[in-house]
Amino acid sequence: MSMEDLYQEIILDHYRKPKNRAPELADEAVHVHHSNPLCGDEMDLRIRVLDDRLDAVVFDGEGCSISQAAASAMTQAVVGRELKDALDLAEDFRRMMHGDDPARPDDLGDGIAFTGVAKFPVRVKCALLGWMALRDAIQTFERGASAHTVTHEE
Amino acid sequence: MAIDVAAVRRSFPILDRELDGHRLVYLDSAASSLTPEPVLDAMDRYYRWSRSNVNRGVYPLAEEATDLYEGARTTLAGFLDADPVGVVFTKNATEACNLLAYGFVRAHLGPDDVLLSTVMEHHANLVPFTQAAAAVGAEVRHVPITPDGLLDLDAAAELLADGRVTFAAFVHVSNVLGTINDVERLTRMVKDANDRAIVHVDGAQAAPHLPVSFRDLGIDSYAIPGHKMLGPTGIGALVARPELLERMEPFLTGGDMIRDVTLTGATWNDVPHRFEAGTPMIAEAAGLAAAVGVLEGYGMAAVRSHERDLTAQLLDALGTVAGVTVHGPKDVDLRGGAVSFALDGIHPHDVGAMLGSRGGCVRVGHHCTKPLMRCLDVAATTRASSYVYNDVDDLEPLVDGLEAAAAFFAR
Ligand SMILES: Cc1ncc(COP(=O)(O)O)c(C=O)c1O
Repeated sequence: MSMEDLYQEIILDHYRKPKNRAPELADEAVHVHHSNPLCGDEMDLRIRVLDDRLDAVVFDGEGCSISQAAASAMTQAVVGRELKDALDLAEDFRRMMHGDDPARPDDLGDGIAFTGVAKFPVRVKCALLGWMALRDAIQTFERGASAHTVTHEE
Repeated sequence: MAIDVAAVRRSFPILDRELDGHRLVYLDSAASSLTPEPVLDAMDRYYRWSRSNVNRGVYPLAEEATDLYEGARTTLAGFLDADPVGVVFTKNATEACNLLAYGFVRAHLGPDDVLLSTVMEHHANLVPFTQAAAAVGAEVRHVPITPDGLLDLDAAAELLADGRVTFAAFVHVSNVLGTINDVERLTRMVKDANDRAIVHVDGAQAAPHLPVSFRDLGIDSYAIPGHKMLGPTGIGALVARPELLERMEPFLTGGDMIRDVTLTGATWNDVPHRFEAGTPMIAEAAGLAAAVGVLEGYGMAAVRSHERDLTAQLLDALGTVAGVTVHGPKDVDLRGGAVSFALDGIHPHDVGAMLGSRGGCVRVGHHCTKPLMRCLDVAATTRASSYVYNDVDDLEPLVDGLEAAAAFFAR
């Protein structure tokens, strides 16, 4: 399988110049930390919520290009969305990673460039890390909490 | 005799494969080795010609199968300079370690005992023993490593000083650092501190690559996997002193491992059969014996010398790539052919993907050595490992691939 199947130019752009990458966020509502000990990926995700919408989303962390680029594309796709809508989009991305056609390709924005990752099963969890962190952050917010730590074992 | 790599390669059919137009550059033998024709033939011959069960039939075919299986035990014992009565076939090296952890540690150790381990163990030689220690309430002590990736034997001496270590389990050759540990010396230290202590060694990365004499090492047991030494998957062995096996409780019970059975109880068969319940891996044993034959044909001294030279060239080649840091000893006399490294700023997954797209097979990840990764303060490494079928022509694609990865993932 060629490098280009996996690493679309859009992915490399997000990897080289990540969007919404920051170690903190003013007035953050929730901060979650997700790690994947198997590949050593670490992700801090922070969200600010205004009127039930994602007013701001920033991530920070370490990991392979796929995990970092997917998180960057994710932040762009979800900022401004209602929480429920963002959860729905996260689910769409997750299904896409398992080989299904996405129901909302336009809403996924640059996230659509990650379709090819589904062909590399070991990399799927890398692409999902940011999205799973987002889902967790929203659910943590809905529970009324402000922080959560999750370790993904495989 | 030096290894004639071109001739060696002809007996490994998989090396004819091309991947996306690239020659297969297999640098992952530390994970599992490739399989030569004689091993394939031996397994094929069993299935086509001698297929039947062992230890049961009185007809000639069954005797043939039994001879194949028991012959493999003798062949393996000869290869490792051990007593065949001490050779128990298992599924892999991991199962060999578990057999000892269940049959010996859990059965004989208690809260007054201390286990000695190291920070460079593969999970296979760590988890079964830490679990067993926890179950019997024994303490576990860990020998640290020096900055150049050697076991810190001064620290080991301190850990042994109170004489309470009654069981030690450590690795012969590290699958990450490549370090060849001084097994004889550490074994002597353990036994000098407590003459009742049992020493177990994980030989997964040693038996395939170095001449090994179980007797000379002075240890009590040794775990090996068939699939890393040109043999098939599905077979390994615990090689032990028969006296140790005699003291062990059965791990799996059932057919073949019994002497007599009543409706309520059973007595056990002699060792090593006591530890081989049910129909064993007969084809795989035949394959493993053939693999030993192939290795003995090369000569283990020649295998070691080939890999030592190639590792020196590999280390030199890696030295030419900007941003590469090698983990483990730089002195090739102290190390085997598994070389782990970091490429500055680029995650091993990305490095592995780039090499993979060019036919290069390397391992990326934590290599089942999470405590060691923590010591090295890395999440993962990239590891290139060599064997008899590798040569200098495999190093160029590696170096080119690393340079391509550095350029591709530059930020
Ligand atoms: C040092 C070491 N010990 C143990 C093992 C486990 O071997 P197996 O997978 O055959 O159980 C390996 C292989 O991955 C290893 O490298």
